[in-house]
Amino acid sequence: MESLLNVSSNALYTAFVIYLIATGFFAATIRDKRTSDGKNTKTSIIAISLTIIGFIAQVVYFVTRWIASGHAPVSNMFEFVTFLGMSIVLAFIILFFIYRLNVLGLFALPIAMLIIAYASMFPGEISPLVPSLQSNWLFIHVITVSLSQGILAISFVAGLIYLVKKIDQSKRSSKTTWLEIILYSLFVTLGFVIITSTFNAMDYEATFVQSENENINMVYHLPAIAGPEGFELTTADRMEPYFNAPTWMQGSEAPKKFNTLVWSFLIGTIIYGIVRLILRKRVGAAIQKFVKNINLDLVDEVTYRAVAIGFPLFTLGGLIFAAIWAQIAWDRFWGWDPKEVWALITWFFYAAFLHLRLSRGWHGEKSAWLAVVGFAIIMFNIIVVNLVLAGLHSYA
Amino acid sequence: MDKIKCECGHVNPEGTVLCEACGKPVERNQHIDGNDKTKLLNMRYEGSARRSQTYNRSIVDKIWNFFSSVKVGVWLIVLALIASGLGTIYPQEMYIPAEAVNRDPAVFYEASYGLLGKIYYQLGLHNLYSSWWYMILIALIGISLVICSIDRFVPLHRALKNQQPKRHSNFLSRQRLYSLSENVSEDEREVVIDRLKKQRYKIMNKDGNILAEKNRFSRWGPYVNHIGLIIILLAAILRMTPFLFLDDYIWVREGEQKVIPSTDGDYYIKNNRFILETYDEDDEKFQAAMEQKGELTHKNYQTDVVISKVVGEKITGVEPELEKVTEGSIQMNKPLKFDGYTLYQSGFQENEFSSMTFKVYDVNDEDETSLGEVKVENLMSPEKTYTLDNGIEVHLNKYYPDYEMDNGEPRSVSKFPRNPAFVFEITDPDTGKKEISFLGIGKNIDATGENQYKLGIVDFEMHYVSGLTVRKDYTLPFFVVGAAIFMIGVIQGMYWQHRRVWINPEGDGIAMAAHTNKNWFGLKKDIEKAIENTNIKMVVDQEERERKEQEEQEA
Amino acid sequence: MGTNNIDKKQNKKKKRYMFRFIVLVILLAAVGYALYFNLTADKDIYEEGDQAPDFQLTQINENNEVESIRLSDLKGKGVMLNFWATYCKPCEAEMPYMEDLYPQYEDDIEIVAVSLDASELVIHQFIDKYNLTFPILHDTKSDVMDLYGVGPIPSTYFIDAEGKIVEVVAGALTLETLEEKFQMIAPN
Repeated sequence: MESLLNVSSNALYTAFVIYLIATGFFAATIRDKRTSDGKNTKTSIIAISLTIIGFIAQVVYFVTRWIASGHAPVSNMFEFVTFLGMSIVLAFIILFFIYRLNVLGLFALPIAMLIIAYASMFPGEISPLVPSLQSNWLFIHVITVSLSQGILAISFVAGLIYLVKKIDQSKRSSKTTWLEIILYSLFVTLGFVIITSTFNAMDYEATFVQSENENINMVYHLPAIAGPEGFELTTADRMEPYFNAPTWMQGSEAPKKFNTLVWSFLIGTIIYGIVRLILRKRVGAAIQKFVKNINLDLVDEVTYRAVAIGFPLFTLGGLIFAAIWAQIAWDRFWGWDPKEVWALITWFFYAAFLHLRLSRGWHGEKSAWLAVVGFAIIMFNIIVVNLVLAGLHSYA
Repeated sequence: MDKIKCECGHVNPEGTVLCEACGKPVERNQHIDGNDKTKLLNMRYEGSARRSQTYNRSIVDKIWNFFSSVKVGVWLIVLALIASGLGTIYPQEMYIPAEAVNRDPAVFYEASYGLLGKIYYQLGLHNLYSSWWYMILIALIGISLVICSIDRFVPLHRALKNQQPKRHSNFLSRQRLYSLSENVSEDEREVVIDRLKKQRYKIMNKDGNILAEKNRFSRWGPYVNHIGLIIILLAAILRMTPFLFLDDYIWVREGEQKVIPSTDGDYYIKNNRFILETYDEDDEKFQAAMEQKGELTHKNYQTDVVISKVVGEKITGVEPELEKVTEGSIQMNKPLKFDGYTLYQSGFQENEFSSMTFKVYDVNDEDETSLGEVKVENLMSPEKTYTLDNGIEVHLNKYYPDYEMDNGEPRSVSKFPRNPAFVFEITDPDTGKKEISFLGIGKNIDATGENQYKLGIVDFEMHYVSGLTVRKDYTLPFFVVGAAIFMIGVIQGMYWQHRRVWINPEGDGIAMAAHTNKNWFGLKKDIEKAIENTNIKMVVDQEERERKEQEEQEA
Repeated sequence: MGTNNIDKKQNKKKKRYMFRFIVLVILLAAVGYALYFNLTADKDIYEEGDQAPDFQLTQINENNEVESIRLSDLKGKGVMLNFWATYCKPCEAEMPYMEDLYPQYEDDIEIVAVSLDASELVIHQFIDKYNLTFPILHDTKSDVMDLYGVGPIPSTYFIDAEGKIVEVVAGALTLETLEEKFQMIAPN
């Protein structure tokens, strides 16, 4: 058992490293002028092969963990988000073989890696299933949703590439600002990964005890900038919080998560600031050179194609399979739980995307912005709904 | 209102953008699809006349046209999206946590979220999804779905059915993919047609004009999926009809038998036992996770029940004659079904005492040796008199199942034995002297201070109360059918693409044009394969060319 | 040919109009249906004007000799059907009023006080405390409560001599309102 779990986590680690190397090779393909005609160079063959090897390593992680735990490893935040990263890579591989677009890998793999790194910040122990989760429909639901979100993530990646190339960086505009905000959010995620892994390595712990009931406590693994309301710090030599987290946050251990969020923004902003200082221009302007040779129409088509594939899959997994599971477990197929509502919002959004594109001719840049917003909604549902809003899905 | 006669002789209905027969743009209608501003033709509905765009006279027409607009449809979707999001800011009324200090929504929102919470409540956002305006919003989307579909399906169907392989040169040259090749031999043409056939294109040939077409059915995808959605909305309406759908809840104690609500008193349920299982603390697989969590994880909630049906006369309140219908276990994810009803395990409580045992001893006995025991068996409805072996008689004078002090007076706040308290009267068998003792959890009061006997709790039992949802839902099949049709429609429309290639003789050579509703990349590859090693020129992506030229100009 | 064409056009226009009209009416009807059922869903099952559903329960007040009461046997008399419980404070408040008026109206009106308590013991405790003489029925399994769809208690149904519900009162009654209602349901 122990050894199987070791194999599993080593495989995941290996996958991560291979993705990193593959990203380097994809970056190297950019200088190659021939890539734009869809013919593959040696570098690009190495890059995609590495990606596939990395993916296989991640499949090994998935299968061994499944065997070790006895249930599909999509039952807690760590497992789910890791699987989302895997789905993004799979979606990228599929779309790569359709469109042979190297630049897609340069953007998709870092995002997949960021998501896997994000996942690894959650407790990775194999957790037992509470009764409501003991259903095959749950696994079918989660796996399908995750695959669809992986594909929709690729539409985001393609949309981002489109915007990076298309937006005029010669002068500052609202568009350049929005693009910077999107890129900045990636830095915040990076900030989260860095700060969490740093203090995890240090085994940092600060315990807070509720003033009214001493049996209730909350253990922080990061120094508390934002403390829990009505709690007192009991661990010696730890930083006292500067302020208390807002009480309207309802998720389990919300103050702790809020504190993590504050840290992430802090570190993300610092890194972003340093990068800006080094580059001496907007990050969007700096990465524009990577997308110089791309064919905008092709990228636009990838955006749309990814939505066209992802939307039906999302409907199936996020709404239909979810409804079947909910009907069996919770006696109603729809219950207006925040997570359900946000799945519906996601669905509405992509439905609007498709109508705007097919009936009102929103192609190119408009479409790219929509793809970015769509992915933001998906991430909102994964991160914020679990953080701020309580519900049946707040299992992390 | 005049019909439009094209130069090819075809008579088109008013509002036609591209002649139904030859595709020649109808000059005065180009603004409808915005073709007047671009080089390429908009092929969305094949340039057919959508009726809504043409007539606008009566109020009925005006309403119809309003809903027929995709723009309106998208706006409705966006509004629904925003409204739905609003409802998740704070929990909905039904999700107010059970442990909240005050679950009354009028108090809860303001107490928990301050002024914003109060506004949230006053705006009715705490019950957003069943509010009339949210329902109307969804209904408007439904109306828009129906009318948009009708308005577009009919003309599109007509246009695709009456396709002509010969197209006007203006139509061809204004397609996104177009090429003009000279010196194309008859053989080469045949080869290309053959290759297209091999790629599963259907070939229409009229006087040497070719139309190769595949996957036309994908064009119906949107209409099919809209039908699915309409069925789902209809099912939602049916669900509001009481005899097609019912939803109730029952709390039933272990050992208790009671009527199942909303079954017209026809069915009874008996809870034989409730089982709560947790994962083994020493299970090495999950040990780490449970340690992290600091508590045991529940593994199973289960109620073992017997369902019976009333036979004979049924008078509410009178113990009926029952006949067993079924027997089984209800677990989470494993509901129990019988006669169209479904029972779901959805909650449990373990806060009620089922029995308590007391011992009677002498006040002066330091060892508190028992003189006999009193077991109050059924704390829901206890017996009044208990006689001990040695003749001591104990009367339960007063009973408070859920005891609380209220202005110095004991009273019960509910009928459930959650905090039972007792006033016992003990009669000495020898002297006949009666004395009173008050007993509760953590309380043992002798009001006079002169009692000879004292009572003490020696044992107690608790029972589970199992919460079950009672459901009857005849609308589920409609939802299933609707969802299935929707999926078929979406997949049909999204995973296949309608591809067409026109090959018309033009002077000495041929003009080739192609169109698809999505995945131009795939269509180009099809054509590349078909024209390999022939004199036919590869089609040019005119949109791409145009954009490149524009970019170069800018640079 | 000209007139023929115009006729045809007129005809087509009419058809189109009718088609649109009918589709819109159907859609509107569906929306109306949905709204109606949704907004009325939460109401009581039995309202004023309905026939009061029948039931039979055991009478437990030792100050009253009736063994059990079946509602339908009380036709010809006005009935005050009161749902209460010992742990409910407002119920406790209105009980003395009922006891005050009972002897005076006994011939015309029957008070049927259905207790939702689980334990008979506590009901006897209560009867002794207030010396109640009208019949107290014990709804041990809340069957009658479910039948009437009673929510918060006290909840009182005033039923006339024909067995029709005349008024439903949620919450406690005062002596004046109680007397007023009695006069309303008493058969002349």
